[in-house]
Amino acid sequence: MILPGFPDAQPLPGLIGGMLIGLAAAIMLLGLGRIAGVSGLLARATGIAESGPPWIVALNFVVGLVLGGLLYVLAFGPVEASFPPSYPMLAAAGLIVGFGTRLGSGCTSGHGVCGMSRLSRRSILATLLFIGSGIATVAVVNALGGGW
Amino acid sequence: MKQILSLLAGVIFGIGLTLSGMTDPSRVRGFLDLFGNWDPTLAFVMGGAIPVMAVAWLVQARMSKPAADTAFFLPGTKQLDGKLAIGAVLFGVGWGLAGLCPGPAIVSLATATSITSVGTFVLAMIVGMLLHRMVEDRL
Repeated sequence: MILPGFPDAQPLPGLIGGMLIGLAAAIMLLGLGRIAGVSGLLARATGIAESGPPWIVALNFVVGLVLGGLLYVLAFGPVEASFPPSYPMLAAAGLIVGFGTRLGSGCTSGHGVCGMSRLSRRSILATLLFIGSGIATVAVVNALGGGW
Repeated sequence: MKQILSLLAGVIFGIGLTLSGMTDPSRVRGFLDLFGNWDPTLAFVMGGAIPVMAVAWLVQARMSKPAADTAFFLPGTKQLDGKLAIGAVLFGVGWGLAGLCPGPAIVSLATATSITSVGTFVLAMIVGMLLHRMVEDRL
């Protein structure tokens, strides 16, 4: 399925993949009573966060993420992905994402999917802000000729 | 039971992220490239996930406890504050720089051919979380 005007977009895989993400978040909520926020669960799994679900529950979720990617590759072959070529930029981005998601209590999953669907004011604000600053960052990087 | 459910949720989440193309940083970057060659795929991912999760919240409102635990453990904070805003803005900057957020970064440990690229990002992300932990009492 091709979206008119956007030949590179993948609307159908996006929609189906998104529904799977929603299903996974629903299992965490209705099964375990927890928010499927990846930054929080990673912080818990690595022992950085003291509060949250039992350590083993968080660890299993994180291991499951890797396993899910592995199963997909085994079933359907390699997936296309191009990463920024600069290691300093990857390291700087990782640092900011790690610090920022902890300070802001969530990322795309916790705020964007779980919080937005709950109509949480905090999550709606956070999502608008991180999409906005992400758009601004890409625009600035492009203007400086650092696009990839 | 809790362990099996969280593993299963992680696996489904990981498959969903991979299928939707979100493990490709250039595609995520394309969504944020609003003034360039915009790729709306991420909007479809959110459009698939949010309605499913909205139904889950409606179901949750009628449940006294989750299926495999004794109570719901949900964020109760309603106050908008500076930490939330500054944290979200910072996260967006890193997201825009690398085209990676925490979920796709972890899944990419399995799917990416460039393990050194994703490994660098994930390690730095964990260091960033540790840094926050070290200074959070003073913030």
